[in-house]
Amino acid sequence: MTPAEILEALTEVRDPEIPVLNIVEMGIVRDVRLEGETVHVDITPTYTGCPAMRTIEAAIVQTLRGRGFQQVVVHKVFREPWTTDWMTDEAREKLRAYGIAPPPPRADEAPDLIPLPFSVARGPAVPCPFCGSEQTRQTSAFGSTACKALFFCEACRQSFEYFKAI
Amino acid sequence: MNLETLDAALRPALFEYLLCLGDDALILGHRLSEWCGHGPYLEEDIALANLALDCLGHAEALLTLAGEVEGKGRTADDLAFLRDAYDFRNVQMVELPRGDFAFTITRQFLFAAYACLLYEALQQSAFEPLAGIAAKALKEMRYHLRHSSEWMRCLGDGTEESHRRAQTALDELWMYTGELFEVDNTLRTLIEARVAPDMAALQLKWREQVEAVLREATLTVPEDPPYMATGGRRGHHTEHLGHLLAEMQFLQRAYPGAQW
Repeated sequence: MTPAEILEALTEVRDPEIPVLNIVEMGIVRDVRLEGETVHVDITPTYTGCPAMRTIEAAIVQTLRGRGFQQVVVHKVFREPWTTDWMTDEAREKLRAYGIAPPPPRADEAPDLIPLPFSVARGPAVPCPFCGSEQTRQTSAFGSTACKALFFCEACRQSFEYFKAI
Repeated sequence: MNLETLDAALRPALFEYLLCLGDDALILGHRLSEWCGHGPYLEEDIALANLALDCLGHAEALLTLAGEVEGKGRTADDLAFLRDAYDFRNVQMVELPRGDFAFTITRQFLFAAYACLLYEALQQSAFEPLAGIAAKALKEMRYHLRHSSEWMRCLGDGTEESHRRAQTALDELWMYTGELFEVDNTLRTLIEARVAPDMAALQLKWREQVEAVLREATLTVPEDPPYMATGGRRGHHTEHLGHLLAEMQFLQRAYPGAQW
């Protein structure tokens, strides 16, 4: 198998918390190398404390064992921090269809060190993944997982999650 | 400079420094996690649990690296669960009991303002693995700073009761802020090797940013006290750290080697 084929095999590994996405389209897999019989896979955690990482590491090993690789080494690399910019457009659309508002394609850098007063501190509107309305407001900067924030749509009166741009 | 090309003379100092950074994050993360299930309302409960998780993530990355620098095969878990209080290098501020919500938020604000500046500077660290972790942690810490400074404004410029509680927390915590910027011989070695940043410059920026938010929050910046708490970085801790470790390390102490 070539590294490209290994990468293709890794698209079978899903994010356990957002099962519509695979780890390749999320930009978590940074590099795949074959050294003799051993496959090395570099992954970049979305968040340092992401509890899904261990499950993902185990799934990578299991998937590649299923393809006949007995030796699989997964490396966590931080040297370039993960950003939502690495998510493919297709992944963003899948997120939206799943009911999670995707991050904008080119995320502006995270909030200012000294945030402006509430009224102006909010970034661009986050469209509701259900009805598309921009009449939404953030109810919490934190959600059920580290990567998400909680929003509420005033138009369709539904709560939804937003995948934070980082 | 990375793990392979690391100057052997720098190794002990770097190990100590990574413990300082990792222990701050670990102990603060534990204090935040104590709120899980006790937050003032659901969204804030979730927020505090998220902040705790970020801190534990930073601690794991930093302590893993510390173990690698030390080169004795210790993992992040070994360092977290098998050291005693006098081997911990965290500042005393993070080990203080969680107090009321205003205390927790005020501490988070003071610490996050420091950590954002520190991680921002550490992105340029000459030790590449540390620069990588700092770049990642910075993105998360900015959310902590934003969250806690918004809360400072809410509490300070809120009701009489919330203002009083935030001011009390600030007055109590102020004497623990000096320790964040202390420079000892270990740190001086690393600053000279451009592994760690100039702490004096950091402190000036920190003051400026913290004071700007406090002013907006209508809170009074405390006078510098005659005595600033010190000693955490040398293993001298308040009585609270032992109690915290008793809880955090209980399982590993009672059942050595136990795994999930």
